[in-house]
Amino acid sequence: MSEALLEVQDLVKHFPVKRGLLRGRLAGWVRAVDGVSFALQPGETFAIVGESGCGKTTLANLILGLLAPTSGTIWLRGQPLAQLSAAAFMAYRRSVTAVFQDPYAALNPRMRVGDIITEPLEIHSYSRQVRQHRLREVLQAVGLPADSARRFPHEFSGGQRQRIGIARALAMQPPLVILDEPVSSLDVSIRSQILNLLKDLQQQFGISYLLISHDLATVEHMSEWIGVMYLGKLVEVGRAKEVCRQPRHPYTASLVAAATPPGRHAPWAVPILGEVPHGLEVPGGCAFHPRCAYVLSVCQTHTPPLTTVAAQRQVACHLAATASEEDWPPRLPG
Amino acid sequence: MTPIQHTRSAPLLTIRDLRTHFFTRRGVVKAVDGVSFQVWPGETLGLVGESGSGKTITCLSILKLLPHGARIVAGEILLQGRDLVPESEETMEQVRGKQIGMVLQNSMAALDPVFTIGSQVGEPLVIHHKMSWKNALRRAVELLRMVKVVAPETRIRNYPHELSGGMRQRVSSAAAIGCQPSLLIADEPTTALDVTTQRQYLDLLMELQRATGMAILFVTHDISLVGNMCDRIAVFYGGMVVEYGPRAQVLQQPSHPYTAALLQSIPQLGEPRERLPSIAGDPPDLGHLPGGCPFHPRCDAALDVCRSGAPPPVFQLPDTRHVRCWLRESEHVGSVTGSPGPG
Repeated sequence: MSEALLEVQDLVKHFPVKRGLLRGRLAGWVRAVDGVSFALQPGETFAIVGESGCGKTTLANLILGLLAPTSGTIWLRGQPLAQLSAAAFMAYRRSVTAVFQDPYAALNPRMRVGDIITEPLEIHSYSRQVRQHRLREVLQAVGLPADSARRFPHEFSGGQRQRIGIARALAMQPPLVILDEPVSSLDVSIRSQILNLLKDLQQQFGISYLLISHDLATVEHMSEWIGVMYLGKLVEVGRAKEVCRQPRHPYTASLVAAATPPGRHAPWAVPILGEVPHGLEVPGGCAFHPRCAYVLSVCQTHTPPLTTVAAQRQVACHLAATASEEDWPPRLPG
Repeated sequence: MTPIQHTRSAPLLTIRDLRTHFFTRRGVVKAVDGVSFQVWPGETLGLVGESGSGKTITCLSILKLLPHGARIVAGEILLQGRDLVPESEETMEQVRGKQIGMVLQNSMAALDPVFTIGSQVGEPLVIHHKMSWKNALRRAVELLRMVKVVAPETRIRNYPHELSGGMRQRVSSAAAIGCQPSLLIADEPTTALDVTTQRQYLDLLMELQRATGMAILFVTHDISLVGNMCDRIAVFYGGMVVEYGPRAQVLQQPSHPYTAALLQSIPQLGEPRERLPSIAGDPPDLGHLPGGCPFHPRCDAALDVCRSGAPPPVFQLPDTRHVRCWLRESEHVGSVTGSPGPG
C-alpha cells in the first residue's frame, strides 16, 4: 500500500430501484460496483474495460468522490478517502480530475475557454497570477494557441474541444486523471492525435491514468494494466499485453475475439452467447454463466473469487482456477 | 423464402455523379458532391467515412428521404436500370420497404414504441404484399425466427421497450427484410450495440444475405468493421468518394493518402506500437470546403495542383480501383467515368 498511488479495496456501490406510484416500492438493488479491488502505481495507466452497464462509469464517479460508496475503501497515497477532513477532501479533489467522453457536453458553451480551464483553480482559491500562468502552461501543453483562452467552445472542432477538456483536467497538476472514454465520441481521423497527446502528457508530467473504455485495441495501446469488468465485478486483471495475448476468462476472450482484426486468429475463439442481462436480473453464481460456453455446474451456484492464477494475473473463473496453462485455451465441452 | 435470382452481369444499383446539396440561409452546403458507385446483386458494399463525409446523405438520397432544405441537384440513381431521381413520391413509397430495406443506427427510434413487434414486422407485408393481418403475423413469426429471436410466437406481442438493444436491432432487421428487398441499406447498424453483441449482429446480417441473396449497403465510420463484412469499399471524405475498390486492395494497399493514413492511425489489437501515426488537423466543414482536394490541408503528400481549382477527378487504376488523387494520375487507365467490375 505504500507505493501505490491509488488503491481500491472491496469497493461496493448499490443503487436502489424504486417502482410504482410515487416510487414508493423498492423493486430491488442494482449492484453497479460489487466488490472491486485494484491498485494503480504512479505514472502508469490502469484500464477498466467492459460493456455498457458493467459499472465502469460508477467506479469512476466513486473514485472522483462524486458518489459515496456503499462499502469499501479508496486510498490515495495511503490516505483513506472516507476519513478525510473537509480541507483534506478539497485537496483530494485537486489530486483526481477527469476528462469526459463528450467534449460537446463537457464544456459550458457560455464560458470562455480560459475561464473553463481556470474555474477549478478559482474554486480552490489560487491567485490570479497563478491561474494565468497555469492557463498559458496547459494551453501550450495540449497544443492550443494562446489566444484560445478568449474564445468560446463553439469556435473549436471536436478534437480541439477534447484538448480543452484535457487542459482543464491538467490545470490542477493532479497526480491522477480519470479518462472516461476520451476518444470514443471523436472522429476516427483525430483519435490518434488525442491518444498520442495523452501519452506525451503522461511522460512529461508523470501522471497516472485510470482509463475507462470499451475498445480493447485502444486500451492495449494506452495501458500497462487491464481490469475487465462484468456486471459490477472485475473478472480478470493483468498486464495489458498479456491479457490481450492470452485471455484467461471466457468473457475477456470474447472481447479479445471481437476486437481481433480480420484475417488474424483470435487467441481463444469463444462462441458468444446472448446479451448482457439487465442490472436488476444478475444471475446467481458466476454472473457470466448463462453466456459462457464452458459453464460448469459449480458456476451456477458459487461466485468465483478473483484469484491469482499466474504471475501478475488474477481471474475470477472456476475454469481458469482448475485448468493448467499447458492445455490452454480449454476445449469446448460436448 | 426463395433466393432472389441474380446475375453478375448487371448492377443492381448504379449511382452516377450524385450531388445532393443543402440550401441554407448561410449558403449552399455540398453534403454529397460527385459520388459514384455500383452495387451488384448479393454483394456487400461498405461506405466508410467520418461524420459529415456524406455517406448517410448518400443513403437518404437513394431512398429520397432527404431532410428539409436538401435537394438532389445532379446525378442518377439507377435501381435495376430505372432512375429514381425523377420518380414521384407515390412511386418511392413502392420502392421503400419493398425493393430497398433499411436498418438504422438507433433501433429505439426506428421502432414505434406504441405498436407491438408483430405489427411492425407485419405491416410492410400488409402494405406492399396486400397480405391479411393474420397471414402477416404468421410471416412475422417466421421472420423473427430467421433473425434468431427466441420464442417469436410470444415475442410478437411485446413492445419495443421490453426488448434489449441487440434484440431490437434484430427486430428492425426482420421488418426490413420482410418484403424480400433486393437491397438492404444498413446505416451504422451496430454503433449503438455492445462489442460482443456487435459481432453477433454482423454474423446474422451475413447469414441473412446468404439466405436471401440481397445486396447490402453497409454504412460505417469504423473501417475495421468493413474488413469482415464487405466485398468492396467506398471511402468517403468531404462529400466525395475518394477511394473505391475491392476490399483487399483498399485495406491492404490503400491508394488514397487519406485511406492510408486512417488505417495507420487506428490501434490494432496484438500489434502494439509506441506511437500512432496521426492525421494532422480536423475533418473539413462541408459549408467551407477548401479549394482543390478536400483532403489537401491534412495531406503530407499534397502537390500544388491539389491546393486549388476543382477537386481531383476520378482516376482508374489497373486493378479496377477508383481514386480521387492527383498522385495517381500517372497510373490512370481507361475512361474517367468508367466503372470497376464487381471485384
